[in-house]
Amino acid sequence: MTEIRATAASRLPRPRPAEATLPPSGLAGLKPEWSRLVEVAESGSSASHGWHLLDNGPQLDALGVIPVGTILCVHGNPTWSYLWRGLLAAATDAAQSGAPAWRVIAVDQLDMGFSARTGGFRPLARRVQDLGDLTDSLDLAGPVITLGHDWGGVVSLGWAVDHPELLAGVMLLNTAVHQPAGDKIPAPLRLALGRGILGPATVATPAFLATTLNLAHPPLSAEVKRGYSAPYLTGERRGGIGGFVADIPVAPGHESRAELDRIAEGVRVLAVPALLLWGPRDPIFSDRYLDDLVERMPHARVHRFEGAGHLLAEDADYAAAALLWLGDALEPGLLDSVHAETSRSRNGDLDKLDQRRGAPGALSAATSGLEAVAVTAPVSLVELVETAVSRAEPGAMTAPVSLVELVETAVSDVAPVSAAAPSSLVEPVEAADGGPAAAWQAAGTHPLWHYLDVLKDSDETALVDMQPAPRTVSWRLLSRRVRQIAAGLVHIGVKPGDRVSLLVPPSADLTAVLYACVRIGAIVVVADAGLGLPGLTRAVRGARPDFVIGAAPGLMAARALGWPGRKISVARFPAPMARLLSIEHTLAGLIQLGQARLESGDLLPVEPRPSDAAAVLFTSGSTGPAKGVVYTHGQLSAVSNALFVQYGVGVGTGLVAGFAPFALLGPALGARSVTPDMDVTAPKTLTATAVAAAVAAIDATVVFLSPAALVNVVATADALTPADHAALDGVQRFLSAGAPISESLLTQAAALMPGATAHTPYGMTEGLLMADITLDGIRAAAASLARPADAAAHDDESARLPETAVSTSSTSGAGAAAPAEGEQLSAVNPAGGVCVGGATATTRIRISALDARGASVGELTEEPDLTGEIVVSAPHVKDHYDRLWLTERASRRGAVVGERWHRTGDVGHLDGAGRLWVEGRMPHVIVTADGVTTPVGPEQRIETLPEVFRAAFVGVGPLGTQQQVAVIETVPPARRVHRAAEPLAAAVRAAVGSPVAAVLVVPGLPTDIRHNSKIDRSRLSRWATGILSGGKWVKP
Amino acid sequence: MRVLVTGASGFLGRAVAERISAAGHEVRTFQRRPSGLTGVEDVHGSITTPPDTPYAGLAYAVSGMDAVVHLAAKVSLTGDPAEFEAVNVGGTRTVLQASQQAGASRFVYVSSPSVAHAGSSIMGSDALPASPEQARGDYARTKARAELLALAADAPGFSVVAVRPHLVWGPGDTQLIDRIVDRARRGRLPLLGHGAALIDTTYVDNAASAIHAALDAAPTVHGQSYVITNGEPRPVAELLAGICGAAGVAAPAWRVPASAARAAGSIIEAIWRRRPGADEPPMTRFLAEQLSTAHWFDQRRTRADLAWTPVVSLDEGFARLATHYRAAR
Repeated sequence: MTEIRATAASRLPRPRPAEATLPPSGLAGLKPEWSRLVEVAESGSSASHGWHLLDNGPQLDALGVIPVGTILCVHGNPTWSYLWRGLLAAATDAAQSGAPAWRVIAVDQLDMGFSARTGGFRPLARRVQDLGDLTDSLDLAGPVITLGHDWGGVVSLGWAVDHPELLAGVMLLNTAVHQPAGDKIPAPLRLALGRGILGPATVATPAFLATTLNLAHPPLSAEVKRGYSAPYLTGERRGGIGGFVADIPVAPGHESRAELDRIAEGVRVLAVPALLLWGPRDPIFSDRYLDDLVERMPHARVHRFEGAGHLLAEDADYAAAALLWLGDALEPGLLDSVHAETSRSRNGDLDKLDQRRGAPGALSAATSGLEAVAVTAPVSLVELVETAVSRAEPGAMTAPVSLVELVETAVSDVAPVSAAAPSSLVEPVEAADGGPAAAWQAAGTHPLWHYLDVLKDSDETALVDMQPAPRTVSWRLLSRRVRQIAAGLVHIGVKPGDRVSLLVPPSADLTAVLYACVRIGAIVVVADAGLGLPGLTRAVRGARPDFVIGAAPGLMAARALGWPGRKISVARFPAPMARLLSIEHTLAGLIQLGQARLESGDLLPVEPRPSDAAAVLFTSGSTGPAKGVVYTHGQLSAVSNALFVQYGVGVGTGLVAGFAPFALLGPALGARSVTPDMDVTAPKTLTATAVAAAVAAIDATVVFLSPAALVNVVATADALTPADHAALDGVQRFLSAGAPISESLLTQAAALMPGATAHTPYGMTEGLLMADITLDGIRAAAASLARPADAAAHDDESARLPETAVSTSSTSGAGAAAPAEGEQLSAVNPAGGVCVGGATATTRIRISALDARGASVGELTEEPDLTGEIVVSAPHVKDHYDRLWLTERASRRGAVVGERWHRTGDVGHLDGAGRLWVEGRMPHVIVTADGVTTPVGPEQRIETLPEVFRAAFVGVGPLGTQQQVAVIETVPPARRVHRAAEPLAAAVRAAVGSPVAAVLVVPGLPTDIRHNSKIDRSRLSRWATGILSGGKWVKP
Repeated sequence: MRVLVTGASGFLGRAVAERISAAGHEVRTFQRRPSGLTGVEDVHGSITTPPDTPYAGLAYAVSGMDAVVHLAAKVSLTGDPAEFEAVNVGGTRTVLQASQQAGASRFVYVSSPSVAHAGSSIMGSDALPASPEQARGDYARTKARAELLALAADAPGFSVVAVRPHLVWGPGDTQLIDRIVDRARRGRLPLLGHGAALIDTTYVDNAASAIHAALDAAPTVHGQSYVITNGEPRPVAELLAGICGAAGVAAPAWRVPASAARAAGSIIEAIWRRRPGADEPPMTRFLAEQLSTAHWFDQRRTRADLAWTPVVSLDEGFARLATHYRAAR
């Protein structure tokens, strides 16, 4: 493509001028009353041009509402203002319903849409001036929020940079402001710019237009395509499309390069809130352009709509997101959302915004009302802190204190907690001043690498790998390796904040690499093979790693699926293979490099602070695409602390690490850990003998296993020798984590470790270890349910609930209060659920009651027997979702400023003894005309029938008038899908106790990929809807 | 209240007249044959008699009435389109006019959910506007036009409400239950598709109490349409099995693909139109659609507005049906 010249416009046919016109009537979704034509004089010339624009101002006038501001929308190439019809409609509807009214002005850029064909070529600088000429002629007053897509994003940002006095915020959909000099522009554009292609592709034929319109997910309807094509029906009208493509500054000498660079740099000092909405399936503006924008506007809110692409405006509800964000910006209680953004504020994203405002040469303070409102949050935060300081007793605060703690103290009336208490419910936060050491001291937790420093001269065992042959690693060696790898990583260019994807099976290598990464402030990305390759690919791409450290399978997958990041291998490969896999370094090489750097006197970089991001973990994806969950160093340390407090894992503890997330924290706790001999991608391969060998290798007293592994351990117990049994006798605690397991499985496992207490925790990727229950607790809970059996209708069944229990922390209260039926549920429908025990020491659990529509709107409460969404708060709850602002916003429950409450998406209730009972997932709540039903209780009652192996209880039909449907696996399993025979259907209906429209039998229920135990009720509901409407008779 | 019930010799009409009479209202009935009811004033005549006919029965029947419940209609799967038009549309227009002239203040039009049914599945939707263009078959089409006529007559002092009971059944029903039982007994009742389509029905007592409730609520709910059901949808095969079980006959055991039944229904319907007999055709396209697609409705508005809930459950209905058949044996 070297033949691409500085400006390609000269290769385009010279377009003929034409007047602006109104769009034809009848375009789908476009209201004729929005359209108007404006004649605008061109600055610096005697010419004037006609503009077509969409404007809901007259509609707002008719409604008699005064707009709070204007959203100025600029389309890209080859679309037109039609792109923004959804926002015009949504903003007008919102105004009509009494919400703040936003005037939306969406322009057709000159030579585009139904604006005039000017007969010339309009480079970027001219287009930015054109937009300014238009807003001048409209007498547009502030506050203005710009909104741009594609090339219109650049033009809108150019206007934003030039109009600080009007600007109150910027919103962008897939766009780019910077093309790195060395980088190739996206392939589709390179192609379009090719000699002999530009004109024919963009102007003479509708090829470029058609290609763009085919980028929608799902495909656009014919009528919407007609809408987009309406202004571009002939080659004469498509001149602007070619002009835009030609204006892409592919080379440094391009005439628009300087303007693009001016805008790109101007964006860096924009002192207004920003919202970036992104469709990752974009062949043109890929995630690297999002990275660039985030780097320029670190305070921006970002939401990536997984599955959406370049035409994000068609693929996702950007209008609702934009109005929600604007609503937050207007909200007087913005303080809440500032805190809801959590450590970003501590990390400084809003601080950064504040700094921009105060920085020398930064834009002058806002003259527009909105800007003042929108960006005063940091100011009011400071005011609040000052107020708090004036109130707080100086003696109470010994350690340097944080904004958040002060705010909480001031607002919540909670007695001041010692900042150093490890079990403090207040999130660990860094000191305002001082280095990392002071920050960690203030946080009250140790950094993850603490014991690697403390024990760096110890020859005691730190790690044992059981495969391929047992290999013992001392603290001294582990500590040295971590430092060597850390130095090596720094040397090859890994910087703090860089993301490193770890595709290494649990092993000493993984542990060393992980601690090396966190020590230098790199963010580790831990994706799970359990996501399946497509899920893993989405996860790794979405996490945009700068580096990938992997074993052979991971690197091959990375190569085959084009995962981003520079590749580092833990093993050596023959050179051709290494080249094929694009391997730049090996672990051994890194260690050598690092050793050399350390010997030459290099120091490791400054330690990360508690508030710095440490890791991205991925959710199971059982409820949609896997989400990246960001933990800070302080939060991961808090997870370690929770393990210590709950299970006594600490210095000197021997730990069998068969469950990855917790197992990796062994070294952080000073515990010695062993990875048993198993294929981690197939946990079912772990044998009882392998567990016994691992226990014997390090005199383990604590064993962590996954439920799938536990199944096989129990199944292979016959092979245990007396020596194996002797080793297992020494185990004091074992833990099955990751998914619910049955009491019988836990009982069988407990029999193998007779000296051990069996635990199973409740938690999620966003909050590991929220509650905990022992086997005894499970039995006590079952017993407590048996009590009211005499009184209520279905207790003969309840007494035999398979998975019910009481927590350890509330053993004293076990059985003290019989769980009554949830108030929201009818008397014939006891809530039921799986008892997961009491909250762990540093966790608080509350319930937000469901309303009649199944929404969790209730105040957070500990009131017993109230069914609602489970909401948790703990120092070890995740920091935020990665680039999922909408998801993050929805997951937050702001009760008290400074507290972080996370909506788990689970529904359940607390009982009188403080035990948590899980009744299902929020999206699985059934809302009939009679009220709300949670699925687990009915499922448990159905599962008491001898002919039923497993049941799923789902709703079909519209929420609010749903019908209840039972889908069951029978004993023995059915070979095909069928309606349950009359006696079974009658038994199921009797067991449930409320109307069941249909009982369907299936050979197998669909379960999520990672755990093979969580039933996919949403999918079953869709399937049952099809079957029960006379649809095709297929398997779920 | 003095209430005229038209079509009281029919299965539902009789139940409605009894119900309203039992509630203490003065009931007059109007139909072609004796209603066989006691405690009501029986007037005989036809709603298709031109209204200007001297001494027409209808004119007498509506005189002095406060309210009219209009059930009389031609209910059939096939038949002469002109007859559907004359009875269902013309007859309704005649009854409406006579009622207005006689000074009645309430008018309950008993319609059918099929007036808004385009042939696809209905899962939990509320009553949609009647649509003669979309309704399938002559019955549904003419009932749709009649409902629109009735609602158009709603005016101050003349409160019109349309109720649409769905698949009314119960002991003594010759339209639906007896035919199902009869065909099942002769081995002529197939199951369409897998018989899983969820269908909601209305036990006759519930339909009657809902119509009574609509009569009471007419001054506040006038101008509106309400679907009436038990609110207990079940797979169609379970309903058929329940009915057959109550009657002591074997439930359908053989299965016809729903698409084949629809095609066959169309053909049979066409043949029957040219060769009309007293017998109903074994299958019509309308019936095939009815039995192979879901039909259940959002009952929240109905129950709230009419202050009504069904009191006889599906299972209780089956039990009463069984008692009825046992007594008949």
